[in-house]
Amino acid sequence: MIQFTNVFKRYENGHEALQNVNFTLQEGEMAFLTGHSGAGKSTLLKLIMRMEVATRGQVMIDGLHLSQLGKRHIPFLRRKIGVVFQDHQLLFDRSVYDNVALPLIIEGMDPKDIAKRVRAALDKVGLLSKEQFTPIMLSGGEQQRVGIARAVVNKPPILLADEPTGNLDPKLSAEIMQLFRQFNAVGVTVLIASHDLNLIGRMGQRMLALTEGSITHDGAPR
Amino acid sequence: MIGKRPGSPSKPSGATFQDSRRTSSKKPAPPVKRKPPPNRLRSEPAPRKSAASAEISRVKASTRFRAWRRHHAAMAADSLQRLLTAPFASLMTWAVIAIALSLPVALYIFLNNAQLVSSNWDGSAQISLYLEAQVDDQGGRDLMQELQLRDDIAETRYLSKEQTLAEFKEFSGFGEALNYLDDNPLPAVIIVRPSISGIEAQQALVDQLDRLPQVEEAQLDLAWVKRLFHIMELGQRMITALGLLLGIAVLLVVGNTIRLAIENRRQEIVVIKLIGATNAFVRRPFLYTGIWYGLGGGILAWILINLSLFWLDGPVRSLASAYASDFSLIGLNFRDSLLLLFSATLLGWLGAWLAVSRHLGAIEPR
Repeated sequence: MIQFTNVFKRYENGHEALQNVNFTLQEGEMAFLTGHSGAGKSTLLKLIMRMEVATRGQVMIDGLHLSQLGKRHIPFLRRKIGVVFQDHQLLFDRSVYDNVALPLIIEGMDPKDIAKRVRAALDKVGLLSKEQFTPIMLSGGEQQRVGIARAVVNKPPILLADEPTGNLDPKLSAEIMQLFRQFNAVGVTVLIASHDLNLIGRMGQRMLALTEGSITHDGAPR
Repeated sequence: MIGKRPGSPSKPSGATFQDSRRTSSKKPAPPVKRKPPPNRLRSEPAPRKSAASAEISRVKASTRFRAWRRHHAAMAADSLQRLLTAPFASLMTWAVIAIALSLPVALYIFLNNAQLVSSNWDGSAQISLYLEAQVDDQGGRDLMQELQLRDDIAETRYLSKEQTLAEFKEFSGFGEALNYLDDNPLPAVIIVRPSISGIEAQQALVDQLDRLPQVEEAQLDLAWVKRLFHIMELGQRMITALGLLLGIAVLLVVGNTIRLAIENRRQEIVVIKLIGATNAFVRRPFLYTGIWYGLGGGILAWILINLSLFWLDGPVRSLASAYASDFSLIGLNFRDSLLLLFSATLLGWLGAWLAVSRHLGAIEPR
């Protein structure tokens, strides 16, 4: 589902963010991406989302060569990937419901189906009762859950998360992780960037460790 | 854009669903801990196209077209709503556009009316045929009658040598001095009033008459017609130039306003691009905003112009009646009005397009 082959990424300022990165994530697999800040976690996620392009090497997502992907097709790639951001990236001028409905509106779904899907997703993250709230009225953990609902509402085959528990206390973090595990259980390929090694250890999933742009560990958490 | 207008309560369309939700939401069971029903979120394997194609068509083409239409309608309504929620700012923009548009249109109306007035004078163009000296009185009269029969001539008048001399004496002021001449040096003249109009056609008639054997010289009394024609042409060019300049001004005004709107919604654009919005989707609300600015400005310009015409009509009527004319101002007819609204809308859309193509590309998620 996600395949990196000899991927290098050098930014214009000369910074080598990724160096010879190789790994494959099968469909339905779940993995953690860890490393210090600046180790290249964000760059790796951006390459998957085609926010950045690899300088060398090949990134393949769901059978698509991203280096050959035309600009026109990028939106359709992104529709396959649900993303949970550390800072949620919610729109504060509209309700929780409208935030979660966005991917479906973009996809052009029928409003009736949108209502069903949005409520299903909100129900899943336990926020059905707050659908008419605006994000500003919610706690940090709740905002993160809205972000998750938005990421999964269109049933993408891939779910990415960038430090999804960065600002949350351990109990909330565990809840969020539990959610990701549930999505993985229904076949979604999940990749989570996190530096919370304790949490990763407890999850017992595959772990990819980045050090200065190279993968230094791939396997069970240390 | 994209979903709902700011501040408005969102209304998901499944209204009946909502009621059942209200009751169910009272139960405080936190669904996070609940074991999910199997395959709740991915119940059916999403049918995807072959790996070669980048697009996932989970939605049928007909559904997509309906969605596209729905989004157009939603964005048209949403962008209008946004303009109306800030009525003062929108009115300012509309007023600027209206003033920029009404100037050239007003000049155009003025020119139209001037042309109408001058066309009433068109008949007074005259051609003087100076006859050869050897053509006698009878020959001159015969020629006059002959010319009278032509279709392109409305009226002819014959002035014998004696009559021209008398006229010359009367108007030239030489009077008595001419008495000392031995014989009459002036030719007989036929005054021709053409029934055709248009400078070219009249000039052609003059050339034709000039070639008649009895005619020594044919002269079209063109000076003032030409002058008027040139003034009209100058006016038309000035209006075209002014119209172009002010059209560009409208483009810039709309473009700049849209640029600000894009800047205001930067965060929103980044987010929806991240979750897979196409450029057309991102562009749509801004293009509709431009259309509304243009159309609103056009309507306001139309109102301004008609108010001014109404205001001017009285004085113009009294002026015309002082000249014993029943002339009154001609305003914008239905076609002109439609054209005004259409070009205003087009300008708004174009201005928005300029701003959007210039600035949206620069907003990419980082």
